[in-house]
Amino acid sequence: MSEHIAITIDDQKIKTRRGEKLLWVALDNDIYIPHLCAIKGEKRPNASCRLCFVEIEGHNQPVTACTREVEEGMVVATRSPRVDRLVKTGFELLLSDHNLKCRECPANKNCSLQVIARKRGLKLKRDRFKPLEREFELDDSPAEFAFDRSRCVLCGQCIWADRVEAGVGAIGFTNRGIDRVVTTFNDLPLADSICTECKLCVDVCPVGALYYKKDQKA
Amino acid sequence: MLQLLKGEKEEILACVKEVLGENSKTHENLVPILQQVQKKLGYLPALAMDKIAEGLQVPAVDIYGLATFYNQFRLNPPGKHEVKVCMGTACYMAGGDITLESFERRMEIKEGETSVDRYYSLDRVACVGCCTLAPVAVIDDEVEGKVTPTRVDGIMLALEEDREDNTGGNSGPGEGADHE
Repeated sequence: MSEHIAITIDDQKIKTRRGEKLLWVALDNDIYIPHLCAIKGEKRPNASCRLCFVEIEGHNQPVTACTREVEEGMVVATRSPRVDRLVKTGFELLLSDHNLKCRECPANKNCSLQVIARKRGLKLKRDRFKPLEREFELDDSPAEFAFDRSRCVLCGQCIWADRVEAGVGAIGFTNRGIDRVVTTFNDLPLADSICTECKLCVDVCPVGALYYKKDQKA
Repeated sequence: MLQLLKGEKEEILACVKEVLGENSKTHENLVPILQQVQKKLGYLPALAMDKIAEGLQVPAVDIYGLATFYNQFRLNPPGKHEVKVCMGTACYMAGGDITLESFERRMEIKEGETSVDRYYSLDRVACVGCCTLAPVAVIDDEVEGKVTPTRVDGIMLALEEDREDNTGGNSGPGEGADHE
């Protein structure tokens, strides 16, 4: 068997290579699948955002595209009533804990949540789930950027950048369940931690949680 | 963050060194290492987590993440008087959260914390096994039933009286005497 295989996504025939993850094959071929936590090159994806569901022929349940390796002859549908329902619920759950004051957000019009809402016809509003009332202290200790946890979607992109790209290890997930946050050792402000302020984490944040102070809206 | 007591730093460093010496420094051993350190020290001080991270060559925030993930780990030292409020289903329904809040207000600490003088520590537990007495609190292994906010005031009064009694008889109560 050759390295190259053929798969079908939404009736489109695609040539790709064995070992690739379905999500990235689709995205590379301009087929949109919602995603937040997926990181190209990560061997064991977290699959924690629960947004990249697709239907694969022969599977009786929708599966997450980020964890699925392509197989010869795979037939994939990115939309189905079941997929849409799962994505809608996942998205609404993310919003239930998200600061929805988009107009005040530095990532407004440059936000992955807004993209997902637009592409999938979802509302950036809360109606089904009660908002989770939590209070976060803004960490604006670094010189050029700040971290507003009320906008964090816990995708883990910043942690990957901090660990793998920057090789620092200043931030990580702590606590559990609805208390889960991205923070430093002992919850120190970033400037007091081992953070080198390389800003790689700011560049990968898909929402407005980590942002440059220069982009801040008054 | 509580201040370390005199001599505590040395104790923590020695303890971590001992535990790290007894275990192979692999990621799989992280939970057992934390358990052993907590068994010896009664809690996981930040200094210990930092030293364990150094020993295992993982980011300190990972140790912190793990210690805050599992309920079995406590980051604050047990107080002289340990108060545990039951949050099992029956106690929760009977207002256990109000009981916990009352203790938090009276002790001026949050759940999982220890007062600065290390006199009180406050925790939640999941079912003590006497649901008919809900809401239940356990004060130093004594089970108290029907702990309404008024009862919390009574319990706190008794604990405060105990503190005053000790202060009268002891020359140096406070922090040094509590240690050990």
